[in-house]
Amino acid sequence: MNLKLHVWRQKGPKDKGRFETYDATDVLEDMSFLEMLDVVNDGLEAEGREPIAFESDCREGICGACGCMINGQPHGHKARTTTCQLHMREFSDGDEIVIEPFRAKAFPVIKDLVVDRSSFDRIIQSGGFITARSGSAPDANAIPVAKVEADRAFDAATCIGCGACVASCPNASAMLFTGAKITHLGLLPQGQPERYLRVDKMVSQMDSEDFGHCGNFGECTLACPKSISLDVIAQMNTDYITAQFKGRDI
Amino acid sequence: MSWLSRFLRSTIGQKIVMAASGLMLVGFVLAHMVGNLQIFIGADALNTYAAMMQGNQGPLWVARLGLLGAIGAHIWSAVKLTIAAKGARPVAYKKRSWFDERYAVRTMRVGGMIVGAFIVFHLLHFTVGYFEGGFQHCADINGVFTCFAYQNVIGGFANPLVGVFYIVAQVFLGLHLTHGVWSMTRTLGFGNPRFDLIARKVAMVVGLIITIGNCSIPVAVMAGYLN
Ligand code: SF4
Ligand code: FES
Repeated sequence: MNLKLHVWRQKGPKDKGRFETYDATDVLEDMSFLEMLDVVNDGLEAEGREPIAFESDCREGICGACGCMINGQPHGHKARTTTCQLHMREFSDGDEIVIEPFRAKAFPVIKDLVVDRSSFDRIIQSGGFITARSGSAPDANAIPVAKVEADRAFDAATCIGCGACVASCPNASAMLFTGAKITHLGLLPQGQPERYLRVDKMVSQMDSEDFGHCGNFGECTLACPKSISLDVIAQMNTDYITAQFKGRDI
Repeated sequence: MSWLSRFLRSTIGQKIVMAASGLMLVGFVLAHMVGNLQIFIGADALNTYAAMMQGNQGPLWVARLGLLGAIGAHIWSAVKLTIAAKGARPVAYKKRSWFDERYAVRTMRVGGMIVGAFIVFHLLHFTVGYFEGGFQHCADINGVFTCFAYQNVIGGFANPLVGVFYIVAQVFLGLHLTHGVWSMTRTLGFGNPRFDLIARKVAMVVGLIITIGNCSIPVAVMAGYLN
């Protein structure tokens, strides 16, 4: 299959950037989207041109490193899929594909399709520690956790921090990501001691990173490769409201 | 105080202001509609209701100031959040497509502004009484405090353009509510999946009832059913 790619090229953070058009020829349908880009890059390098910079690590959908806007949707149009797990069989011969970096003030472009997502790291850091008992490992069942809560916490914990939620949100909000982190710790007994302190700190950090607010559009949860539920945002709101009544000073 | 200013500066705090003021406003909109629908019972019913309201200036002004406060808070939070949201994505995408194509969520801002403009017009129209064709203010007639709400409604929709504007505004208000009422429950923290299914339906029904209920009046006048 042959494709026409319109790719965002930007030499560095200061560069203005522009779209360039490339032909991707003889693309196999079993290639992943990133493998297709690898092949295009081989071609560019052979011609002595600068290859397209993009991020990847695990290439099996679990690390969250990859990700770009593919035809206006983060990780492409296929639901519950990361860019590395998107296969070229989802496209057809002659397709034109627009490839852009995730766009948000909090995700500045480093180069081409690579953005700096350390704002996510700072949100995580602001959450601080959880009080855990040191010493010998506790018995596996010593702390009871209800099955429903365990499931909800686990679902929230599957967030891989890819940033697709921010990229897809019309307001570039990070609430699905932050809500996932708040929920997965907040529902477990181990997360209780700092639960309300944590939500207050993480929300402040999130706001200071210049993300937008949540309008409950719900585009994020559909774009999320892990289908993190919008419920985590409601959970974060609940915890945030409760935190206001706890009256702790930070 | 530092707690409050922190809360009001946070995006979640601002959303809560928006949701709480929205709750007040939707309550008013429903009550206002029910009151107005008395026009279908007859001229006397509506005029008596109007006289009851206008005859109690004290409580009326308390309610008016409360509503003004809610509208102010709703607009304040919308402006704050919208400015921040615009700043959160300085470079737009060249190409954008959506998983969710629903219309209501995309018309919150524009619909809100249309409804805002409508409120100003509506107040000038039926409260201040600024329209051609003779608005009749409430007056003492033979010692009885009498209002002419019914006659004013008929006269007010003599110009079909006014009626059309009312109908368009109510459609946008309905759309605003089908998303807004549900979104409000999420913002106020009611995220329980069981509750959520009900909240979505309630929001849909509220939006529909408001649109149909409020549109029925200009439609009935313009169709000549009320005269
Ligand atoms: S919530 Fe989903 S889209 Fe957002 S960072 Fe986590 S995995 Fe990615
Ligand atoms: S490269 Fe790890 S998720 Fe795509």
